[in-house]
This record gives sequence, structure tokens and C-alpha cells, in this order.
Amino acid sequence: MALTGLDIFKQLPKKNCKECGVATCMAFAMSIASGKAALESCPYVSEEAKEILGAAGAPPIRLVKVGVGEKALALGDETVIFRHDKTFFHPTAFAVSVDDTLSADLLAAKIAKINDLKVERVGQELSVNLIAVVNASHDSAKYKDTIEKVTSQTDFPLVLISNNIAALEAALSVVSANRPLIYAATADNYEQVIGLAKSYNCPVVVKGNNLADTAALVEKVAPLYKELVIDTGSRTTSQVLADQTQIRRLSIKKKFRPLGYPTITFTTSDDPREEVIQAGVYIAKFASIIVVKADEKSQILPLLTWRQNVYTDPQKPIAVEAKIYEIGAVTPDSPVYICTNFALTYFAVEGEVSGSKIPGYILPVDTDGTSILTSWASGKFTADSIAEFLESSGIKSKINHTTCVIPGHTAVLSGKLKEKSGWNVLVGPEEAAGIPAFAKAHFL
Amino acid sequence: MRQSKGIEKERSFIMALQIMKERNTGKINTVTIGATQEQGGTRTSVVTVGGDTALPFLQFEGNFPNQPVIAMEVQSRVPEQWNEIVKEPFADVLSDPAAWAKKCVEDYGAQLIYLKLSGADPDLENYTTKQCVKIVKDVLAAVGVPLIVVGCGNDEKDNQVMPAVAEAAAGENLLLGVAGKDNYKSIVAAAMVHHHNVIALTPCDINICKQLNILITEMGLGLDRIIIDPGAGALGYGIEYTYSILERERLGALQGDSMLSTPVIASVGYEAWRAKEANAPENEFPSFGKQAERGILWEAMTATALLQGGIHIIVMRHPEAINLAQKNIAELMAPQAI
Repeated sequence: MALTGLDIFKQLPKKNCKECGVATCMAFAMSIASGKAALESCPYVSEEAKEILGAAGAPPIRLVKVGVGEKALALGDETVIFRHDKTFFHPTAFAVSVDDTLSADLLAAKIAKINDLKVERVGQELSVNLIAVVNASHDSAKYKDTIEKVTSQTDFPLVLISNNIAALEAALSVVSANRPLIYAATADNYEQVIGLAKSYNCPVVVKGNNLADTAALVEKVAPLYKELVIDTGSRTTSQVLADQTQIRRLSIKKKFRPLGYPTITFTTSDDPREEVIQAGVYIAKFASIIVVKADEKSQILPLLTWRQNVYTDPQKPIAVEAKIYEIGAVTPDSPVYICTNFALTYFAVEGEVSGSKIPGYILPVDTDGTSILTSWASGKFTADSIAEFLESSGIKSKINHTTCVIPGHTAVLSGKLKEKSGWNVLVGPEEAAGIPAFAKAHFL
Repeated sequence: MRQSKGIEKERSFIMALQIMKERNTGKINTVTIGATQEQGGTRTSVVTVGGDTALPFLQFEGNFPNQPVIAMEVQSRVPEQWNEIVKEPFADVLSDPAAWAKKCVEDYGAQLIYLKLSGADPDLENYTTKQCVKIVKDVLAAVGVPLIVVGCGNDEKDNQVMPAVAEAAAGENLLLGVAGKDNYKSIVAAAMVHHHNVIALTPCDINICKQLNILITEMGLGLDRIIIDPGAGALGYGIEYTYSILERERLGALQGDSMLSTPVIASVGYEAWRAKEANAPENEFPSFGKQAERGILWEAMTATALLQGGIHIIVMRHPEAINLAQKNIAELMAPQAI
């Protein structure tokens, strides 16, 4: 069981010095309980308290780091089974696989392609996270050579996939400073592979033949080394779903230590589209790393988006910056649409304004990222706040009219807004989907 | 002696792996759509959904007597606004709903047809009630699979059209849509009198969903005749809200809340193909990649994601996206060794 804020508070120094960045010791304790702060932020906590809290408060799923620097990944350390209970913290990492049998030219082209698998969505930069280099040649010299080439062409951390100890060691002699993930320690080779992981200080995958077998293997490995990621060996969609569910449940609800680690999964289909769909299941169901062969932007974008959606904090909606957005080739005559800065609201409006083929300005009022009706009900979307934004945004200098469109659900604001701002206020449709028809009727 | 002691010590640390199986008291209702000749209709097949006794696809702890089904969307007017990629597989039949439905069944294996009477919209073709009834009857005559029939979305018009459709198709056991919180009486009454099922639509709100089910059952329509539509958001456009609502509804149903135990339908095709990412040309958004494949995957991924939330009827458009979703369902229905 995770400790409550009160349990933690009892162990704190109670100085209320604020040095941890939180106003009081009690509030700090609450932050620790909800996972928002770490005990280490308190400079005065006693060693004894650290021990008590450390043991009891150890996360049910270990935090394991792969890579170094900007592209380093934090995996695991999750606390819930359903995102609506709190949030999922550390997004699934996507690894694109590359074989060491590729010629130098093909390899370079492939790495360049993977480096370019990135896109901006709702103001966030999304990308794949790892390159999994597969020792398909079974040749350690060739593997080492490939690893050298790959590291010279990318910043992505690597997953080193080989069942050849010599090849793994050769690769580690090149990239261990970048903290790659070693794949994998099995029942047959774990002493050697764990030895390598330890001496090079890199995380390592423990791979079993099924869930129980994996747990038994982790029990042998964990006393030797703890920077682990687990692979239950399952490769069919329904079995991976079952395994991942058990791993998440047992580690969180039962604190079953042998399964309290991040997980790695592999898609299996030869058709990249089917791979993407398979990976879609694993994103929802707890995989920490998914290794795919798919490498087209059109295939990766749906994955990046679904991951972004699943790992969005349900309590903190994504917001867009409150400023003027120009959709299409706007002119001083273009219409002005008012909405809120809740990313979903904004992008729904943006999609329809752009779909209407009539260029327009969108002004998302800052409502702390809440939707039209939510912000209206909570008093953040008012005649005053809209009028103020019409003034402060600088829209007046861009247009030669003073007409704005407000969302249909807030028609009640129109009179007062007109009075406050002096603008001519048009009441738009209730749903963004009605914007194209509305725009055609009013602005063509 | 020494060695055996060491082994014993090691053994004592081993924690037994005990699988966690949830014992659920509740389950999802079953709802049957369509009726064969013996049952008073003219369908050659019927579709039953629901009956799940666990979280989606967790076969190791529950039963899934009916796997999720895909309904193919047919409109009563040419859907000009659809992306060319979606129109292409139906190019020769878009102006004829009956031929369109037939193509869905014969060429693409549709188990269900979702007929949207979009042409009834007063702002579009403004088809009369009579015209709408004829379209429904033509589609019924063209295919043997069960039908979902929904109005154009204009409450006033739908309240005229849908009761007439319900009456004309009495005995066919249609799934009629949609009943909303502020407009459910006329469609529910029509479904009761003529023995059809209804879709109860609520905009991503579990409390309103429950409340609407209560209002509808208070009119006398059984819970086994209601399918809920959570007002799904597409991938990238609020799907996480829908996903979490679905999970909460499923958990509620499994804990025995009967008003949350109705099966779920989602308009995946409509929502997914509204997304910018499904439609934007590659030359305008080079970082998005090829548009055709992207659009198909956008629809298929939306379906996949909502399947993990627990939907039962997926309304879809593109045959290739449908293939991907079907394959995903088949894979998820494979037995689990636990």
C-alpha cells in the first residue's frame, strides 16, 4: 500500500522551511503521497525517516532509465491501472528496429528516416524514442560495426538485440556511455548477460517464456542487478494483453516485486499497418516499450497520437496559447471566431474553419484550458474576459471590421459583449461542425 | 549439508505467482438486432452484442459470448464532403443507398448496415418522410443483414421521420437512433410500439448516460433494447475522454450497476474522418506522411483504441480500416493461457 500524506508527515522534520518548494511540511507530505514531489527535496529529513519512508513508499513499479541526455527515457514508475484513477506518468517508448545485415547505404537511409519520425501535435513535439539494432547477422564484428555507424548518425538511445554474448559485449564497448538497453537475459545466459549489464552499468531486459517463468527468472536476477525491463516472451495480441494486465495488477495491487518493472513488447505482423494496430493495444495496456518495424510517417503518426492521448493527465487538459491564430490566407476582411484555449475546443474550431475554405482568425480566450461550457459555467468565459481579449490580443490592427462570432452555446453573452466591447457580435452554431455552413451563409 | 541449507534459504525468498482474477457480479446486457422470418422479420441473419462478464478481452477471467461487430455506414445522400479515399470503394453506388448497402454486404462482408438518413436534413435535400421510408425499405429489400437507422440530426425532422420508419419496418427489429436527453420520447415510443431497439446518445458524460437510460426505461422500453453511444471523440480529438468514460461505464456494469450495463456503439468512421490528420494532403503537412494510409489508420486506430475501452458496435467507413479492425478483434478473441 502506498503511504498516505499523514503517514509521511509524521516522519518529516516539521520545520515548514519551504526549502522543498512547498509551503508547509504537511503540503509537502501530500505532494509526496500523490507522486508530485520526491522526499529528496527535503534537506532536513533524517536518515531514519528516509529508511522508513523509502521501504514503505518504494514505487510498485521500478523507475528504469534508458539513454542519457536529452533523449533519455524514464520507464515504469506507474501507480494506477486506470488512467481515470490518477494518470499514467511515463509514456510508452517506441523503438524502431534495424537489422545489422543492411548495407552501409541502406542503414544510413534507414537511420535518417527514423530520425525524421517526429511531428508537432497540440503544441507538443512527438517522436519515436529508440532504435533497436538487431544482430540478425549473428556476427559480432558486423554488429559492432553497425552499432558504430548507428551511433554516429543518431541521438536516439539504442536497444541492443542479440543472443550472442560476444556481440553484446562488442556493442557495449562502443555505446555503453549512452546507456543502451541490453536484450536479453534468459534462463540460459542470465549470469553472463547480467554480468555485462553490471560492468557497463546499463539496463537489461529479462526474458522468460511466459508470465510465471519470467517472474521466476526475475527472482534469480534481481538479487544480482535491479535495472531491469521484463519481457514475458508472449507475442500474440491477446496473450500480451493478458500478461500486461497481470503485471500491472500484481505489481500495484499486491506489490508483487518480481513483476514490478517496466515491460517491453514486440509487434509481430509483417504488414506494418497491422503492426500499428497491434501496438495500439499495447499503448493502452501498459507496455513501457514497443518495438516495431513500421517506419513510415503515416504509420507512426497514429501511434504517437494515441500515446499522447492515453498519457494526457485527465486532471490537466492540454491548452493552446491564447493568441491570434490565422487560418488560411487571411485578409483584413476575414471573420473572427472566439473560442476557448482548451486544445480540443480550439482544434475542433480550427478544423472546421479550415474546412470551410473561408480564411479566418481564431481567438482562443485563456480559460485555463477548459471547454466552452465548462469555462462559461465556471465564470472564465464571460463578456468581460472576451472583451478584454479582443482588446489585448491586437486583433484590431489586423482587420478592418469589428464583427466577431461567439459559440452558439453561449449566445446569452452576446448582448453584454456587444455593450462591453463595442463589437458587432454574431452568434455562431452550437457545434463547431456547423461552422462551414455558417461561414458560407455569412462571409461569402 | 551446507549446500542444501543454501538452497533452502534461496527457496524461502521465492514469492509464488498468484494470478489475480477479478470476480465480477455484474455483466453487460445482450441486445439482438434484426429478426428472421420465423421471428417476424425478413432478415437472413441477426446480430447479438454484449454479454461480457469482464473488462474488454480479458478472457482469463470472464466470458465474451458475442464479439464486437462492425456496422458499415451508408448514407441516404451522396456524401460529397467525404474524403476521396473513403468514397473511392463505393464510387459506383454512392447515389443509391440500396446498391451501396448491397456492396457493403457482398463485397466487404458487412454484418450490419448503419443507414444514416442524412438527406432528410432540411438544410440539404430535405427528403420527405415518405422518401425516407422508401429508402429504408429499399435497403431492407437489398440486404439480409440487420439495420441500424438514424435520423439526420435535426430533432424536429427526425421526430417526424423516425416514427414512420419504425412503423414501416415493424417486425425487423431495427436499431433506431438517436435518443438524446432532451429529445427521446418520440423515438422511444416508436421503438416500443413497433418492437425496435434504440441508441441512447450522451455527450461524454457518465451521469447523463445513466440518467438517460433511466428516463428511457421509465417509459417502458427494456434495458435489453438500449445501446448507448458515448459521443465518441476521434483519435487526437478527445478519444481519451471517451476511453475513460467507457472504462468507468464498464467497471460500473461489472460491479452490478444495471443502468450502465447497456452495450456501446461508436461512430468511429464519422469521427475519425473529421480529423485533420485523416484528410490533410501530404504536401501541406509533410510530417504527416501519405494521406491515404494515414486516413485509413486513423479510422482503424480509433476503432482499436475504443475496443480497448469496451465498445460493441463500431460504425465504420473504409473497407481497409474495417479489415484492420476485424483482424484486431480476431486476435483479441484468441484464447489466453493464464
